[in-house]
Amino acid sequence: MTRAALRTAVACAVLAVIYLLGMALEAGLTDYVQRIALLAGINVILAVGLNLINGTTGQFSIGHAGFMAVGAYGAAFVGVQIAPALHAAIHVDALANALTFNVALVAGAILAGFCGFLVGIPSLRLRGDYLAVVTLGFGEIIRILFNNAKFLGAATGYFGNDPSGLPTYTSFFWVYAWAALIVVLVHNLTFSQTGRSLIAIREDEIAAEAMATPTTRLKVIAFAFSAATAGIAGGLFAHMQAGVRPEDFRFEKSIDMIVMIIVGGLGSISGAILGGIFVAVTLELMRDLQQYRLVLYAVLLVVIMLVRPQGLLGTRELHHLLRKRPKSGKATGAA
Amino acid sequence: MSQLLQQIINGLSLGSIYALIALGYTMVYGILKLINFAHGEVFMVGAYTGYYAAGVLGIDAIERQGHSFPLYLALIVLLAAMAVAALLGVAIEFFAYRPVRSAPRLTPLITAIGVSLFLQNAGMLLFSPNPQRYPAILKEVRFEFFGVIVTNVKLTIFGVALALMLGLHLLVQKTWTGRAMRALSFNIDAAKLMGIDTNRVIRSTFAIGSALAAAGGILFGLDQITINPLMGVLTGLKAFVAAVLGGIGSIPGAVVGGLLIGLAEQLTAGYLSPEYRDAITFVILILILVLKPEGLLGVVRVEKV
Repeated sequence: MTRAALRTAVACAVLAVIYLLGMALEAGLTDYVQRIALLAGINVILAVGLNLINGTTGQFSIGHAGFMAVGAYGAAFVGVQIAPALHAAIHVDALANALTFNVALVAGAILAGFCGFLVGIPSLRLRGDYLAVVTLGFGEIIRILFNNAKFLGAATGYFGNDPSGLPTYTSFFWVYAWAALIVVLVHNLTFSQTGRSLIAIREDEIAAEAMATPTTRLKVIAFAFSAATAGIAGGLFAHMQAGVRPEDFRFEKSIDMIVMIIVGGLGSISGAILGGIFVAVTLELMRDLQQYRLVLYAVLLVVIMLVRPQGLLGTRELHHLLRKRPKSGKATGAA
Repeated sequence: MSQLLQQIINGLSLGSIYALIALGYTMVYGILKLINFAHGEVFMVGAYTGYYAAGVLGIDAIERQGHSFPLYLALIVLLAAMAVAALLGVAIEFFAYRPVRSAPRLTPLITAIGVSLFLQNAGMLLFSPNPQRYPAILKEVRFEFFGVIVTNVKLTIFGVALALMLGLHLLVQKTWTGRAMRALSFNIDAAKLMGIDTNRVIRSTFAIGSALAAAGGILFGLDQITINPLMGVLTGLKAFVAAVLGGIGSIPGAVVGGLLIGLAEQLTAGYLSPEYRDAITFVILILILVLKPEGLLGVVRVEKV
């Protein structure tokens, strides 16, 4: 079998497993647990995407909720606009829904990525901490804009034209299929030549530039890509909630994302996955303690920075830890 | 014409508050190359300290009798807030920033975000998330010149801010500590080799910056009538933009930047729409980052390996 065929086969197998698992979970679990599972998947997308810019490239975005909002509103709006035409063209309802949903998600991601591009150009020419301030400001402005945008429902939020809200396309299959795709994309990017350049930028930007790495261009590309993944997560979130409200994307949401990647380990993809799941679960466990949640997160951030700044895994991946270390005797024996 | 003058007066008084806060950002950034995200929260704590100090000094009873709050008590309120904020600033530096001072740059930045978040939410738990009406430490008196309304509150804000900034200027230029601060911001390692106790100087920097922010907090309360635990987020951000606009690390730059941001905000609110008053700051930030990243009065520094 050629490598391409092998890869296609593996991808199909993964999708089939996700599909079957989804069927089983939807049959066997309560709505409440299913919701947590969906949120965990969306968090994984957010965390893996944010980790690319904050962890791998060493730039710091603290306004990713803004890109998520752009993706959510974009996907919701585009979905509502194209659904009638697609349903008229394709008579199989399930197929038309799937197509509408994915086109809408991609449209939201492109919009979010474009915003990332616009925000990234001025701020990424300079040192990383400017990005923190600009993204913080962007997150606030975008929320104020959605709060005042009449055609998107202003402060009450956008629910499409149907009184029952947006169609809830988001299912276990779509969330985890997108999560798997984004994890693979980010993994391949990180372990490619471009990824090595991104790590070089994180480790020493001046040295990287001296080695003829186009730092600004790479930073902007990584940032726009990261924003686009947040857009996908936003679209999935919108079609899970049956609507988008400006207050879903407050500064707290950006902090949630930062906690995800810091707990798991800045720069580690498997760490980001663990962190995403961790935040989804703790958010549910602490639902009654809402007002203490951010205090706890704040303490967690500071304590991790003081005690173990690299996070749980550091920049290592989980499978590096699970792989057995070669015994020292073997090496000498071979020699 | 009189409307323009009115907006300029309001803008200058708001801008002088931003300038006071921006000084703290610029001093800390100048020395540690750290955006002290918690600075906005120190400003908030300063405002609340003033609120409670005025309560302890019996402002309610004085207001009920229709008297105005005596000036010496107002001064005590101001000094108390500045002292508490200075202690808080020093504590934040000691417990959160000092242990990570030599770590990679991202670590202190995340720590700063964590401290800021902690203070915001601790504030919500301690002071209640609802906005509080700020006590009238200064009874408002209105003057009118050619259709332009000037209140004694606005004049006091401008005057107090100016006096504090002048004090800071003298401190930085004329005292030993000020000279040490300038040495640290020039080259911290060389300063250490010259026998300067860098920890002590950094501590003083945080104390002074925080005290100025607290004064800004009280003036902000007087100006805006209400305060809330999240007031430091947006105001702190605007003050930071002011510092970047003027040239981060430059003390006169922070003052110029603060006044310009205040003016821009008032003029936007007056002539465009009040909804955009918060957005204009970020437009300015983006423009300055694209056109002149070193700021209006900043110096270009070559980064070396």
